[in-house]
Amino acid sequence: MFVPSKTMGTVLCCICGVAMPPNPANMCVSCLRSRVDITEGLRRHAAIHYCPECQSYLQPPHTWIRGLEPESQELLAFCLRRLCLPLRRLRLVHAEFIWTEPHSKRLRLRAKVQAEVIHGAILEQSHVVELTIHDRLCDSCTRVQANPDQWTAAVQLRQHISHRRTFFYLEQLILCHSAALRAIRIAESDHGLDFFFSSESHANKFVQFINGVAPVKFRNDKQLVSHDPKSNHYNYKYTFSVEISPVCREDLICLPPKLSNALGNLGPIVLCTKVTNSIALLDPISLRSAFLDAKQYWRTPFRALLSSRQLVEYIVLDVEVESAEVAIGGSKYMMAHAQVARVADFGNNDTMITIKTHLGHLLNPGDYALGYDLYAANHNDFEIDQYKGRLVLPEVVLVKKSYQRRGKPRAWKLKGLNMEVDTTSKGRADEEKRNTEYEEFLRDLEENPELRFNISLYRNKEYQPSEMASTVDGDDVPAIPLEELLAELDLSEEDEENQGADNMNE
Amino acid sequence: MATRIQFENNCEVGVFSKLTNAYCLVAIGGSENFYSVFESELADVIPVVKTSIGGTRIIGRLCAGNKNGLLLPHTTTDQELQHLRNSLPDHVVVQRIEERLSALGNCISCNDHVALTHPDLDRETEELIADVLGVEVFRQTVAGNILVGSYCAFSNRGGLVHPHTSVEDLDELSTLLQVPLVAGTVNRGSEVIAAGMTVNDWTAFCGSDTTATELSVIESVFKLREAQPSSIVDEMRKSLIDTYGQPTTFYDLLPQLFMSIMNLYPLLTGNVI
Repeated sequence: MFVPSKTMGTVLCCICGVAMPPNPANMCVSCLRSRVDITEGLRRHAAIHYCPECQSYLQPPHTWIRGLEPESQELLAFCLRRLCLPLRRLRLVHAEFIWTEPHSKRLRLRAKVQAEVIHGAILEQSHVVELTIHDRLCDSCTRVQANPDQWTAAVQLRQHISHRRTFFYLEQLILCHSAALRAIRIAESDHGLDFFFSSESHANKFVQFINGVAPVKFRNDKQLVSHDPKSNHYNYKYTFSVEISPVCREDLICLPPKLSNALGNLGPIVLCTKVTNSIALLDPISLRSAFLDAKQYWRTPFRALLSSRQLVEYIVLDVEVESAEVAIGGSKYMMAHAQVARVADFGNNDTMITIKTHLGHLLNPGDYALGYDLYAANHNDFEIDQYKGRLVLPEVVLVKKSYQRRGKPRAWKLKGLNMEVDTTSKGRADEEKRNTEYEEFLRDLEENPELRFNISLYRNKEYQPSEMASTVDGDDVPAIPLEELLAELDLSEEDEENQGADNMNE
Repeated sequence: MATRIQFENNCEVGVFSKLTNAYCLVAIGGSENFYSVFESELADVIPVVKTSIGGTRIIGRLCAGNKNGLLLPHTTTDQELQHLRNSLPDHVVVQRIEERLSALGNCISCNDHVALTHPDLDRETEELIADVLGVEVFRQTVAGNILVGSYCAFSNRGGLVHPHTSVEDLDELSTLLQVPLVAGTVNRGSEVIAAGMTVNDWTAFCGSDTTATELSVIESVFKLREAQPSSIVDEMRKSLIDTYGQPTTFYDLLPQLFMSIMNLYPLLTGNVI
């Protein structure tokens, strides 16, 4: 289609007479700009509140927004929202920050707006706004400043037994899963740990985590601190009381008759082999095993007959393997008859005991083993009395093989939670006991790969392998292979090689 | 000479008045100010008639005319028609026409020789225009607008059109109308030219919002600065017909002026040379 060419001529601006191409207002841009100000009525100053502690900005009335970097798009959007531009008659085309000194507490931004003026002509004008930043502590920072120890929810973790092995293990688990990141304070008390949180939901999450890794029962309570009857706002302090079952690994247990029947006549003397959120029990005579849920346990709670403190060292004189290797719950056992003698008796007298043991796959004549001496033990247990003589107790129950340890330095180390330790005089007396328990816990970690599963072990940088270690050591002491160790994340600039953790743990 | 004027505080002067070389029509206003301005300017030369058309005051937009005739819409009452016939000079033909587009002032823009009309005007109306007004009729649009009577105003000396008229259109219209044309505005940027002002060969009336720039443009394109409404100048204009479209200054007319004074000397002084 033929379209004839149309060249626009020039008209004179009706105000100043300068030649210009015709526009809907028929005034030149400078005359239009001098007569019409579309930014009339827009705010040129505004104030925003900033919390220097947590670097957040206030959005009235109550919200504090974090993560707004200086000169970022999000901060620009936030500032524009605070300006309340009348977007009905104006259109915002462009906005940008004008540089201000970082410590000046002023933010300047330039916004380009368009609006319709007389006769449909659209005029664009730039509008500079200055925002003043006022420092103000946000509510949560005020609370923290006023009383840093103030907690809203507390979790009391307790286990009523005489050693702390479970808590060492739990500490490593908590560190590995970062479950106690939100805790304000962690305090140690006898028989357990206290965790303090600033909100009930954090405490609840922590309790759910513990519920998933240990057989616990818990209850929660709350105490009214203050209330505002007019707005129906109640402030509480929440307490969670979590009790871990007193049964640990390597404990010898005599099951109550009811539970023994319920588990299929599992021989009342059982060994506890594994404790996660359920308890694994193994009958050492018949090699049968059972799992007890936390709920099942707490319906008929029982305590251990003998615990690992009472382990006695035996020397194995003879082993006769009876059955083939059986795998139960991930571990292998082999039924065997063994002739053992107590190490204390070994040189002195000729007492030898023949027993049935489940450690046939591990023991060889001449090995040392740890076990419970039921023959000589003085037990004070309610459950055994219930059997009233119907029960035949084995004389010795072997639990694990024992290794000669020469106190070698370890190639790996563990991290610890920063908790407040009880430093009263009673606490200091327990310190030696605690050190031996910790040493035993570390040995446990070395011997049992399944225990290491959920724990992060870090490479010990100060470890120097000594030359005499490999030649002198006769039996192979279980050691943790180097592939399982993590390198610690070192963010210092001198140590270039240790950047990042190479986790080859599978 | 261009005059700034208001009708009852409204700057759209071309709506309420119609000015030609032979007569002037004025609407009936509440106060007599509007009429008195026209009177003071034109009383000696041409009749100024107060009227209404169809009972309305928007007479400028309803009728179209030049020195030869006046065309009125079918809404004109008989009394108004009679009043106009009585008031206007005899050589002006007053005719009421039956036309669907009754706002003739918006549809027809004319001077004494040429008329531009709305493209949709009836053929009979076109013939009537040619007969009554004695003009050559062209159907045209101005800057894409079909209401040519609103968006352009021209006299025998020059013309002002809608500001958005392209250069090619301007040339074409100028050739058709045989007068110099300029694109401009009136009443501080208003594009509706003929509604904002009314013009004849020696004077123009604009709305009071008209800026100085616009006024100077109007005065220059309609050649109002040197125009005088005396019969002497009329004579001279007729004799200078070959200088159509050229600026005529006082000094060009000086020889003729001397001759006329010489002829009139006895009348003026009572002496005879």
